Amino acid sequence: MQTLTRTPTDTTTRPRLLGSWHAHHRSDLATHVAFHGALPIPNAAGEGWSASLGELIRQAGLTGRGGASFPTASKFALMRRSGTARTIVVNAMEGEPASDKAAVLLECVPHLVLDGAELLARALRAQRVLVCVPDVLDRTAQSAAHAIAERSRGALAPVAFDVVRPPSRYISGEESALTSWLDGRPALPRFRPDKSVPLSIGRAPALVHNAETLAHIALIARYGPGWFRECGTFEAPGTCLVTLSGCVEHPGVYEVALGTPVSSVIALAMPSGGVRAVLTGGYGGTWLGCDALNTPLAPAPLAELGASVGAGVLVVLDESACGITETARIAAYMASQGAGQCGPCMFGLPAIAEDFALVAGGAGDTAVFERLAHRFGEVEGRGACRHPDGVVRMARSALEVFAEDAKAHALGRPCEKRTSPSVVAYR
Amino acid sequence: MSGTTENASQETRIRVKVDPVACDAYGYCAELLPELVTLDEWGYPVVGSEPVPAHLVELAVRAARDCPRQAFLSEEIAH
Amino acid sequence: MSSSLLWYTTRATGLVALLLLTLTLVLGIGTANRFSMRSWPRFAQQDLHKRVSLITLVFLAIHVLTSVMDTYVNIGWAAILLPFTSRYDSFWVALGTVGVDVLAAVAVSSMLRNRIPARLWRGVHWLSYLSWPVALAHAFGMGTDMNQAWATGLAIACIFAVVGACVLRVRLAVAERRRTTNLTSLRAASQV
Repeated sequence: MQTLTRTPTDTTTRPRLLGSWHAHHRSDLATHVAFHGALPIPNAAGEGWSASLGELIRQAGLTGRGGASFPTASKFALMRRSGTARTIVVNAMEGEPASDKAAVLLECVPHLVLDGAELLARALRAQRVLVCVPDVLDRTAQSAAHAIAERSRGALAPVAFDVVRPPSRYISGEESALTSWLDGRPALPRFRPDKSVPLSIGRAPALVHNAETLAHIALIARYGPGWFRECGTFEAPGTCLVTLSGCVEHPGVYEVALGTPVSSVIALAMPSGGVRAVLTGGYGGTWLGCDALNTPLAPAPLAELGASVGAGVLVVLDESACGITETARIAAYMASQGAGQCGPCMFGLPAIAEDFALVAGGAGDTAVFERLAHRFGEVEGRGACRHPDGVVRMARSALEVFAEDAKAHALGRPCEKRTSPSVVAYR
Repeated sequence: MSGTTENASQETRIRVKVDPVACDAYGYCAELLPELVTLDEWGYPVVGSEPVPAHLVELAVRAARDCPRQAFLSEEIAH
Repeated sequence: MSSSLLWYTTRATGLVALLLLTLTLVLGIGTANRFSMRSWPRFAQQDLHKRVSLITLVFLAIHVLTSVMDTYVNIGWAAILLPFTSRYDSFWVALGTVGVDVLAAVAVSSMLRNRIPARLWRGVHWLSYLSWPVALAHAFGMGTDMNQAWATGLAIACIFAVVGACVLRVRLAVAERRRTTNLTSLRAASQV
């Protein structure tokens, strides 16, 4: 697994999250404190300080980096209203196979993530922080555990940090699935008709944040919202971590300013051929055709194309690879990764995957597109989580971006492009 | 079945939705409320999010009560 | 009230309760099937199941009361709910007691259905399967009329009905499992 990182070629954007790593290639506490300064928590961390932290986050305009881009300050305010939060959950589950940022964060700058978690824990009077690392990522877990051991108690009441290892399935990182597992139940999403009711573990409310979001909080608390907003756009300030893979020379995790055009972002990894399409967001994301690559990498511009930043995944497909075959593979994988709880997803995704396999294999007919269109409508929005919605979005975009190829495949004339090894398989 | 509600101001407006995790495709809801519920090709219910018409409210409440998995939910719309 | 009248009532209501319990079970087992007909919607069958179960409980209550009130044999009020407290035919009465206990639990849990966790309700409801063989054994062990051909014939009909319903239910469960197993093999086969 790659943890390669590079300084972006755009020299006006200095790396922020990965700054201490780029400068020293060390992740220990001393390096971290020398680079960023001590964690700004006053000795009497009371109500006033808690409110001011929330205000800093709000002014900075930070949105969640887990895929939903939900305003972080709103989540913070909701937690403050819900009595005393007992648990902060660091979501480093990295369910997206094509994403590596959680591992990079916890191996290169773990103390930034832990700082963010500690700030929230103190502000919300939480007694424990649970760092969730998938059971297969041992090296990442070790790095997190080592960093936790390094942190001193100080004068404040200790906050208990623990590394826990949920199963590494695609949906284990979904918020409610994660809290279910932490509560001793299977890691399966829950039906949440009212999202304003906070998640809980046992009786205590739990605040779940993506590891990258927490790292940003740690920086905002030190350098302020003004500094944070020096990068990015007005609606989407700051930087974000993207994982570039596919037909590129230098796959890996990069830090870019939000709002940078997608074409500039993928240029960092040096695509090896002519770029045909880019899978944006994740396996449940959207294919962008080569005509859409100047779109800024930010929630609003991407939303106009039915896409989103998602987990910061960008998989580059060049002229030599077959988009239909790759999509069929992703669809089959996603169908196998459902929770098996909701009928439309449990039966609908395999049906969609089968149809895509027919198209990819050149064995379909024109009726298969009608069937797919019908099933997209049947499956979308009818699960407890967004998993089926993502697959529908990805598959729909594939049929648009690779329309010519789809038709040719379906009529029994598959393209001569290479179909193996798979472009999208990253981990 | 009782007749139409006479007192319009006491009319409860409700919305129905399906808990997809609990639902096991028994299909009682579709039998009771064919006007509101259709079944997809795998037997799972598709319901709209519009308020339930007044003459169907009683049936909707009954469907919620009788669902073997308690997956058919009715909730009052706050005015 | 004469002892004979009480005794006849006990026997009659016992038999009717057994028949009604059989009908309740068969209707209940049948509600799980996914096959729906316009002329016999499943929600109607479920409704019928509930109503028949209530009538069953009424006959059962009368059966229990008259059996205790009949002082010809000493059963005692405690035996209604506590097994092995009857001085008469302790074992066979105890079976009846167990049946009453189970059905009481099922009835109470159904009344409180909206207030208890769904899993608890289902667990208790599954217990109702136990009530039927217990009731049948109780009838054969105690029943004065059970050596008559018509009574034995009825009992055999009940057995066929319940066993038949169970077989259909198991076949349905197997088909459902097959539907989801196909999905599991799809999961195994697709690796990116």
